[in-house]
Amino acid sequence: MIIPAPIRPEKPFDLELVNLTKRFGSFVANDSVSMKIPAGSFHALIGENGAGKSTLVKCIMGFHTADEGDILIQKHSREIKSPYDAYQLGIGMVYQHFTLIPAMTVAENLVLSRPDIPPVIKWKHENERLREFMRHAPFQVDLDTPASQLAAGEKQKVEILKQLYLESKFLILDEPTSVLTPSEADEVLGLIRQKVKGGELSVLIITHKFREVFGFCDRVTVLRRGKFTGGGEVKDFTADDLATLMMGSARRPGAVAKIPRERGSAALEIKNLCANKDSGVPALSDATLTVHEGEIVGIAGVSGNGQRELVEVLAGQRAPTSGEIVVHQENYRARRSEASRHKVFLLPEEPLRNACVPQMSVAENIAFRNFDGPPMTRARIFLSRKAIRKFAQDLIARFSVKTRSPDTPIGDLSGGNVQRAVLARELGPGTARVLITANPCFGLDFAAVDSIHAQIVEARNRGVAVLLVSEDLDELLALADRLFVISHGTLVHETTPAEADIKTIGHHMAGH
Amino acid sequence: MQPAASIAGAPSVALIPRASLRWRSRLEAAAMPIMAVLVAMVLFGSFCASQGRNPLAVFGAINKAAFGSWYSFQNTLIRAAPLMLTALCTALPARLGLVVIGNEGALVIGGLTATAAGLAVQSAPVLVVLTAMALAGMVGGGLWITFVGILYYKRGVNETISSLLLNYVAIAFLNHLVNGPMRDPSSLNKPSSYPIPDDKMLPAIGESNIHYGLVFGMVVCLIAWVLMEHTSFGFKVRMIGGNIRAARMAGLPVAAIGLIICFLAGAAAGLAGMIEVAAVHGRANESLAAGYGYAGILVAFVARHRGLAIMLVSVMLGGILASGGILQRQFQLPDATILVFQGLVFITILFSDSLYGKLKFFKEEAA
Repeated sequence: MIIPAPIRPEKPFDLELVNLTKRFGSFVANDSVSMKIPAGSFHALIGENGAGKSTLVKCIMGFHTADEGDILIQKHSREIKSPYDAYQLGIGMVYQHFTLIPAMTVAENLVLSRPDIPPVIKWKHENERLREFMRHAPFQVDLDTPASQLAAGEKQKVEILKQLYLESKFLILDEPTSVLTPSEADEVLGLIRQKVKGGELSVLIITHKFREVFGFCDRVTVLRRGKFTGGGEVKDFTADDLATLMMGSARRPGAVAKIPRERGSAALEIKNLCANKDSGVPALSDATLTVHEGEIVGIAGVSGNGQRELVEVLAGQRAPTSGEIVVHQENYRARRSEASRHKVFLLPEEPLRNACVPQMSVAENIAFRNFDGPPMTRARIFLSRKAIRKFAQDLIARFSVKTRSPDTPIGDLSGGNVQRAVLARELGPGTARVLITANPCFGLDFAAVDSIHAQIVEARNRGVAVLLVSEDLDELLALADRLFVISHGTLVHETTPAEADIKTIGHHMAGH
Repeated sequence: MQPAASIAGAPSVALIPRASLRWRSRLEAAAMPIMAVLVAMVLFGSFCASQGRNPLAVFGAINKAAFGSWYSFQNTLIRAAPLMLTALCTALPARLGLVVIGNEGALVIGGLTATAAGLAVQSAPVLVVLTAMALAGMVGGGLWITFVGILYYKRGVNETISSLLLNYVAIAFLNHLVNGPMRDPSSLNKPSSYPIPDDKMLPAIGESNIHYGLVFGMVVCLIAWVLMEHTSFGFKVRMIGGNIRAARMAGLPVAAIGLIICFLAGAAAGLAGMIEVAAVHGRANESLAAGYGYAGILVAFVARHRGLAIMLVSVMLGGILASGGILQRQFQLPDATILVFQGLVFITILFSDSLYGKLKFFKEEAA
């Protein structure tokens, strides 16, 4: 029996996910996840990056359709095919990034968000409605201020007000406090909590911060690698329990045995390095560390804590604001001549975005490190396509890059094969002395992960100094010789995998 | 040293011979501009029809006026010469991802500096005069566009806006100089600089009316093509234009390469200005700003910024420009009608850009 969906419900409702599975190709983003969110509860969804939190809520919002499993609302299965369906069911979401139009006032932004916006807006009428709405709103923002003049905290309030104005009864918040100061975060979440307690709203919040889970939430669900690993009433858990559920306690053995070796001389030294985000906000402060020859130094942390900026500075994609990088006792500014003299190679995250030119061919992309020297360039000027192709053909075969030909644009390849092509370029010639790598296995299947790990450990065994930045603690514990934890742009903790205590690491990562 | 393990599992690829590859995308690159020009012709045809003229007769007349006889074809080629050079002013930075439309300004400045240099050494042998003029024109135009590059790389000023506005500055500068410091008092109706002596001008090729500027244009286009497609410098430019993050990761000096390209781009347009002075006008005056710069933008876009295609498209557009008069004489349509055609071609070409990769027929099978 099909019961028609309630259109625009007037009170919060029970929402339940039953064995929800979502695959992208062979990658399972959500593996049979179940979750129950009773009406009027404040529910936390936590997990590491890539654990499948965003995919899960996108299924609820209708951006994705689940491959298997059901979404139940008041015990009835509902199909949510688009965000508009979600809106009709009273489900709204506040995104990590602001969606306000900067040049418009708060009032205009609110009215604009309505799907049923009339062709001619009667502003007098709308303004009255807005004022009436604001009388009951949890927080007050001046309606006539342009969004561009609002502070981050106020913008986030407007984003939430927008959902309340749309009369969403089930609110999904995707890391709503990542752009807020702790006191702003407490204020916003506290006021939302009052609404929840008042029986006007259910909330599902994605967060990394245990403080928010324990301070505001009733219930919690933990995901790890797409699977449900634990959950229930928040009061039944301690922070350490949650850390263990998030990170997993079983350690996967390294794919290649590490040869015990004496620490070599310092190859890469980072001294008091500071860098800003694109917006000019400091992202990395006073990072100091040394990587020796034949050593893998890991950097653990939740994404957005300055790792990306650190790697960008090392890759020459971002200018540091202060501090210095020293490679083999020489000042290093990531210039082409320096990188080739010191044999500094990189495996960045998102290789298509960071390390490839999508419309250039696979062969040309593989030649990025050495196209300007012989044999690929003759007489220091003329490029030999033949030599470029020949160089690539060998590496394509050795690294099993699946491509129709070396002349195919690299943008046409699948993610794993792009990664292999970059790996072939950076590690293929076997000349690296310093290797900087960030989330090298993100989004790859297990076989590919193991072989990339094997390559990294093998490089270390032959004396390469490796800096490994990763959000996957298992990877770090398996590969690294030493380990730093980064939080809010600062290296806050140093340990070794042998001594590492996963709960302590979790605490540092979560910013405790 | 060899890495211990190549990635397990997958067999090595069978390499497919190069010729059979990617014919669809190659065809796409050729077919799209042609289709766009055809659409523009249909639109212009309907415009002519709305004015009560037979479109086929109009196209026939344009064709005849542009390519119909050796005499008219020479006329076309004379116009094509500066177009080849000004087109490079847009095409070279485009490969870097910059949209520079300061062609007219660089041409004018190049013409001015060339005139100044030519007048300064006018008593020297003809080869010396012409070399000095060419070098001065290239340096003048080159520095002009380098300024756009400096504004962009050092201060983040949008290169399209700054180069466009600099066109007006250049033209105002030209008018100031030919009305003031450089003015030949005998030029009454049309204020001009002193003339380059007739025997020091760029000569015509053999018996034809075509001057050596055409050779300059073709040689420079060839050099640009070799530079972009067959040198490691061109490879670096394509890397930067394709993905600036990857280029930075490879340690390329992005701003330095950008400034070099800006200089080369301006130098090409400056050389066009020198040719206009040394082969056509014989002096600097407002005729320098005759629109070859703006038409060069169109050529660059139609040719998709490729050096060899620029030569071909320049001849085509040169023909269209040469046929402006016929529309007035034969069809009593205003001279400017031909600009309507030119504008329509530009719009359809820009529109066709948005269709790349969207038409099913041109899709390559998945890799």
